[in-house]
Amino acid sequence: MRLDNIGFHYGKEWSLMGIDLSLRSGEILGILGPNGSGKSTLLKIMDGIINPIEGEISIDNRPFRDIKRSEFARQVAMVAQENHFRFSFTAAEVALMGRYPHLRRLQFEGIRDMEIAFNALKSTQTLHLADRSIHDLSEGEKQRVFIARALAQEPRIILLDEPTSFLDLKFKREIFMLISTLCREKDISVALVSHDIDLTAQYCHRVVMLKNGQVHAEGPPDEVITVANIEKVYECPVTVDMNPTSGRPRVSII
Amino acid sequence: MMENYRKNILTPSRVITLSLIMLGVLALVTAASLALGTADVSLKDILEILTGTAPKDDPARLIILRIRLPRILLAGLVGFALSVGGVVFQAILRNPLADPFILGVSSGSAFGAVIAIALGLGFSLGVPVLSFAGALFTIYLVMAIGSRKIGMESSTILLTGVIINAFFTAIIMSFISVSSDDRLHTMLFWLYGDLSQGKYGQLLIIAPFIIVSSIILFAFSRDLNIITTGEENAAQLGVEVEWVKKVSLVIVSLIMGLVVAFSGLIGFVGLIVPHLARMAFGSDHRVLIPAASIGGAIFLIAADTLARTIISPSELPVGVITAFMGAPFFIILLKKRGSQWIRS
Repeated sequence: MRLDNIGFHYGKEWSLMGIDLSLRSGEILGILGPNGSGKSTLLKIMDGIINPIEGEISIDNRPFRDIKRSEFARQVAMVAQENHFRFSFTAAEVALMGRYPHLRRLQFEGIRDMEIAFNALKSTQTLHLADRSIHDLSEGEKQRVFIARALAQEPRIILLDEPTSFLDLKFKREIFMLISTLCREKDISVALVSHDIDLTAQYCHRVVMLKNGQVHAEGPPDEVITVANIEKVYECPVTVDMNPTSGRPRVSII
Repeated sequence: MMENYRKNILTPSRVITLSLIMLGVLALVTAASLALGTADVSLKDILEILTGTAPKDDPARLIILRIRLPRILLAGLVGFALSVGGVVFQAILRNPLADPFILGVSSGSAFGAVIAIALGLGFSLGVPVLSFAGALFTIYLVMAIGSRKIGMESSTILLTGVIINAFFTAIIMSFISVSSDDRLHTMLFWLYGDLSQGKYGQLLIIAPFIIVSSIILFAFSRDLNIITTGEENAAQLGVEVEWVKKVSLVIVSLIMGLVVAFSGLIGFVGLIVPHLARMAFGSDHRVLIPAASIGGAIFLIAADTLARTIISPSELPVGVITAFMGAPFFIILLKKRGSQWIRS
């Protein structure tokens, strides 16, 4: 996926300006930045939910506007930060919704679709929740069911908006391990927005740091996550040392 | 493991089995309703009348074939349509308390019908067309006022419906107050839902529309499932949200227009029946649409039977019966789950 000189504004002020970015196959791209820096807007543009006002965004050199929504959903899946279900669906039904872009209008899910959804639930460790209503799950369980739904789409790219915000340590680790495995084994590309700089540093291949809707720094975690960049972007004094196990940068607030 | 997982997933055969069972119940309720009434007609006589073996001059034959049967068929069709309308409104507005009556769509449609009557247009074309226009216009108003920038917040939409309802009802009342005395009873009855005017000619007009519309809406089942989880969510999964919304709302307005033109304002059916169906069979529209539509037919036939027998030989407008059941039902829902629904 390539983004060329992307610009977008909601009101008068530009919330994104001159963003050049690419997402390569099999990589995990972390998008960092303070509140209001344009992270979520960028993710929505990458998901084709909002169209950029300036610039062009494409997959395999095909501009987004030439791709039908259903075809797009077979390529790109999104795990939103929050989902509000008004009506009760079971976790199994939610995972199966991921098969929507693969089915024709009056087609029911076949055995293969069920297997895919089943395996998606298994890999996010939510199979035991399959028959429970989404309303009765904890935030962390919901989050994992939505990741299962994204997996059931069998996309090439998965976008995640704060995937671990509701999760405890164990599941934070598991979600990131799962993401890493997917990238390695299935060649899926992942772009994720996060407030957790340490986890982003630890698991992402590349990091983009946004400030006021512009790319402040981009590159491998150890080049981007530096005291100078963070103090400038987040306006917060920090020290950065090395995580002894991963060898990646680790941030502490002073 | 996989077997266990699969047994709870919806299949076409489950949808068909359920629909057939419900159609069986519908047949039973219809038979019971044919037998009940001011004049006593036994089930055996009814069978003879329906199969054409009864003597032609039997007075019961007239009651069954000319009065009760068309009325029951109209009740069935209207209940069917109102429930489908309720299901679709609830899905698209993502609001379990939406119903054509509560949203003001029924009164908007009645407003159209009243104008048509005032202009002297006929019931075969003018009234249904203006009634449809009224429904469509109201849906547009509700969507435009209730959803702008506020992200379709539930309480805003319900309030918008209440206001629109009040406004159109006022206009209708002013029409009624200037109409002649002899038509007052008919108009008032119509305002509270009246199925007694059921005629085979009308049934032939509305039945094809309602059946074809329901089939089209059923074809949107999976899209509606996903739209209930949020429009952005749905777009992410590849649903052409705007298109699905437009087509289904126009179709629903069409059937609401027809239903209101021929039966008046019958409230709460589109609230009660979809809700019960959802509790019994889950939120998947592939089972919800057939279950709620057939359930709606059963419900309204039963309610109308009650309306014409409860104070026999006099009768109540059927809308009074549905409101007696619906208003407490609405309040219970609001009390039990309202906090979850009203907040965004």
